Amino acid sequence: MKTIFANSVPGRPGVGPGKPTKDLTGLIPMELARAEPPGLPEVGELDVVRHLSRLSRLNFGVDSHFYPLGSCTMKYNPKFMEQVAALPGFCRLHPLIPQLRGAGHFAQGALEVIYETERLLGEITGMAGFTLHPMAGSHGELTGAMIIAAYHKDKGRTRTKVIVPDSAHGTNPASAAIAGFDVISLESKDGIIDPQALENALDEDVAAVMMTCPNTLGLFERNLPRIVELVRSVDALLYYDGANLNAIMGKMRVGDAGFDVVHLNLHKTFGTPHGGGGPGSGPVGVCTRLVDFLPVSRVVKLEDGQFFLDYDYPKSIGYVAPFYGNFGVYLKAYAYILRLGRNGLIRVSENAVLAANYLRKRLEDALDIPCNRICMHEFVASAVRQAAQGVRALDIAKALLDQGHHAPTVYFPLIIKEALMIEPTETENLTTLDQFVDDLIEILERGASNPASIQAAPLNTPVSRLDETKAARNLELTDL
Amino acid sequence: MPYIPHTPAEQERMLQTIGVPDINALFAEIPQELRPKRFDLPDGQDEHQVLHRLEHLAAKNNIHLVSFLGAGFYDHAIPSAVDYLTSRGEFATAYTPYQPEASQGSLQAIFEYQTAISRLLEMDFANASVYDGGTALYEAMMMAVRQTKRRKVVVDECVNPIYRRMLDCYTSNLHLDMVVVPHARGTSNMAALQAAVDGRTAALIVQNPNFFGVLEDFASLFDHGRAQGALNIISTYPLMQAILKTPGAMGADIATAEGQSLGLPLCFGGPYLGVMTCTKALIRQMPGRIVGRTTDNQGRDGFVLTLQAREQHIRRQKATSNICSNQALCAMRAIAFLCLMGPQGLADAALRCAEMAHAAARRMVKLPGVSLLNQRPFANEFAVTLPKPAYQVIHRLTQRGFLPGFPLGRYYPGLENVLLIACTEKHRREEIGILVEMLGGAL
Repeated sequence: MKTIFANSVPGRPGVGPGKPTKDLTGLIPMELARAEPPGLPEVGELDVVRHLSRLSRLNFGVDSHFYPLGSCTMKYNPKFMEQVAALPGFCRLHPLIPQLRGAGHFAQGALEVIYETERLLGEITGMAGFTLHPMAGSHGELTGAMIIAAYHKDKGRTRTKVIVPDSAHGTNPASAAIAGFDVISLESKDGIIDPQALENALDEDVAAVMMTCPNTLGLFERNLPRIVELVRSVDALLYYDGANLNAIMGKMRVGDAGFDVVHLNLHKTFGTPHGGGGPGSGPVGVCTRLVDFLPVSRVVKLEDGQFFLDYDYPKSIGYVAPFYGNFGVYLKAYAYILRLGRNGLIRVSENAVLAANYLRKRLEDALDIPCNRICMHEFVASAVRQAAQGVRALDIAKALLDQGHHAPTVYFPLIIKEALMIEPTETENLTTLDQFVDDLIEILERGASNPASIQAAPLNTPVSRLDETKAARNLELTDL
Repeated sequence: MPYIPHTPAEQERMLQTIGVPDINALFAEIPQELRPKRFDLPDGQDEHQVLHRLEHLAAKNNIHLVSFLGAGFYDHAIPSAVDYLTSRGEFATAYTPYQPEASQGSLQAIFEYQTAISRLLEMDFANASVYDGGTALYEAMMMAVRQTKRRKVVVDECVNPIYRRMLDCYTSNLHLDMVVVPHARGTSNMAALQAAVDGRTAALIVQNPNFFGVLEDFASLFDHGRAQGALNIISTYPLMQAILKTPGAMGADIATAEGQSLGLPLCFGGPYLGVMTCTKALIRQMPGRIVGRTTDNQGRDGFVLTLQAREQHIRRQKATSNICSNQALCAMRAIAFLCLMGPQGLADAALRCAEMAHAAARRMVKLPGVSLLNQRPFANEFAVTLPKPAYQVIHRLTQRGFLPGFPLGRYYPGLENVLLIACTEKHRREEIGILVEMLGGAL
């Protein structure tokens, strides 16, 4: 489709405010002023509405398509949450108001949302303290890693390494490295962490072990009690990547199980929309001995029931966000938790796991499933058999797009060849799940007899396969 | 249960297919000793009950103050079409566009965002966004550290103090040499900045308009930075950029911004929009997603995420950043906003903000004991020295429904009597009159 810039007509008015009474020269010295007006499109409101409406139709979203993108938990996003986030009392509130001495009473409702959300997440996970400041999951990982660094520093020792199993969430190595740690990769055995391998890797230089549980193969780490013991033995900390918390709500609390730091992805477990790549929200919870290191500010409830912002934590890692994180996102998650309540959250996990196992079972003959046993909320299939006949995981993904399904995550986790990582979520009905299986099996059958027909996919999408090499080589990152 | 569609019969069928007697059997791998000691959450509620609770909480926030509070985050008018368009489910309920054939809408919109932002700041390239203006500045600094392989960073004290605190937080484990150059009555001390930037410096970090609202031209300072082999980084105010000398024209290597002024509500601090732009030479150091135009196998134009070899999902611990989700839907708001406003609308909005602020300043300095902190040019925000602590004045005026600004003493010891006042195009002339009158009465 033509870009909006190609629709621009010089002088065509937009929807700016009324004219200023002065021109620039009376206000700003010319040497500090812009020389030429910015090359923005000159289009009318209808042009913009039509352009973006047309663009929207080129997208798959949960609202329009089944989206079994493993590890990303693309569940349905309840619409009442949008209404909550649009309340003017929240979305028009300036974040600095409660920081003005004597003005805290103007933002009591917002502070209460923060306080309550932290308490609810604490109860769900069994952690002693929470911060809502991290603005996405991997930002939470970085925050957690910085808390871990501060803890060891406070103990007067240098710990340089973080161990990341090869079945952990993909962002972990980068997050630990950005926080200043050396990353040690740990090989899994039979799809889960091998306690012996972990024991061999652990020493007095290890600051933490970052785990994803269930891991990215969708498997529960059943040696967790032993892992906790081993990590404790060198006084390292155990980190829980909450990407997959949606599998275990009410079945295990990570704090009770022995984890010291946890981050959550609210757009995954708690149903906030992902926005085509954000905004997310990545709250971090910690055990009692790490509470002092949480970012500032923190919301405290006084005896009279008033809430206030407390900055007086000398051991805090400081500011990870300008204010209190993506308020408009966790506000929705707060509403989601209130809506579902205790039993609703337990049913979320149960039905997410039920749906994943159902798909796993129905697909186990058609595809290889390297660790084929009861899985949690997702499982990883492999297209090695098909790849030998010329139909790769990527081809299968593209053919699914033609059938009106978003593709699973492909080629991740890296430890499974030709991986197809499938996560149906609890919100898809059985009709949709069965249709997906039927379409996938049909694709595999067609691929076996006519690989070229799958390799050519997708054909029903707005564009067919795109030349990524050309995109990287002839960089065209702006419209000319 | 809301949002879970299975009937009991369907659940039974699924369990039979799996070959387990009940749902509990699916969780058998979780050892008994790891089962929760408690899970003490409230019962679920109907939609209207939750809405009622949230409406009650929202009503406890006062959004009816006539506010001149800015300090980097501004209450600009947002055309209704921005909300309308970005709430479309096809945009809002999509994931990061890993499958480009099913994501051309998001990808093209981000490409258009990159184009508009690059043109607004007169820089070569923009990325698809990071979290906010502060993390953008931190990422920019790390680009410079990687590119120059140096570890000294010079930061102007006129840079938003919140962002400076964020830089401190992120670098606490990285052994960088952070040098802060004190401000001179709310203006950049150019001579001291120049002296601080030497052959060991990775990055020079400044802001325009600065935190005090003052407009600066960093062109000659940037010449010096370049001569020393440092990278010049500038944090900006994108809406005001419609009328102000651009980072590109000043010779910046990296320009960042808090994009909140481009169609995002204040929303108690987020979600906001981290704007990042750079010169061509630095694109491979850029963090986060970048969208590029290419062609499909039938020769049609299309868009993909590109230069992914920089990113965490490919490069693991050697990535330029750990960012995965960014603020895509906020960038979508920004491109909708910029298209709706157009170059003229954006300049008009910026000028209206500036003329309101100048009108307020002109009248305020006539009050006894009130003076501007400095005589430097400003756009929509300025600092005035009062004869008494700013917080006392704020306290007095808020009781009468006016929030006159930000007390600079909160971040700058010694400036307890200084009030930072921001105007936007939403202010009316009458409100300026009342503000000045009330201020006079409170001194």
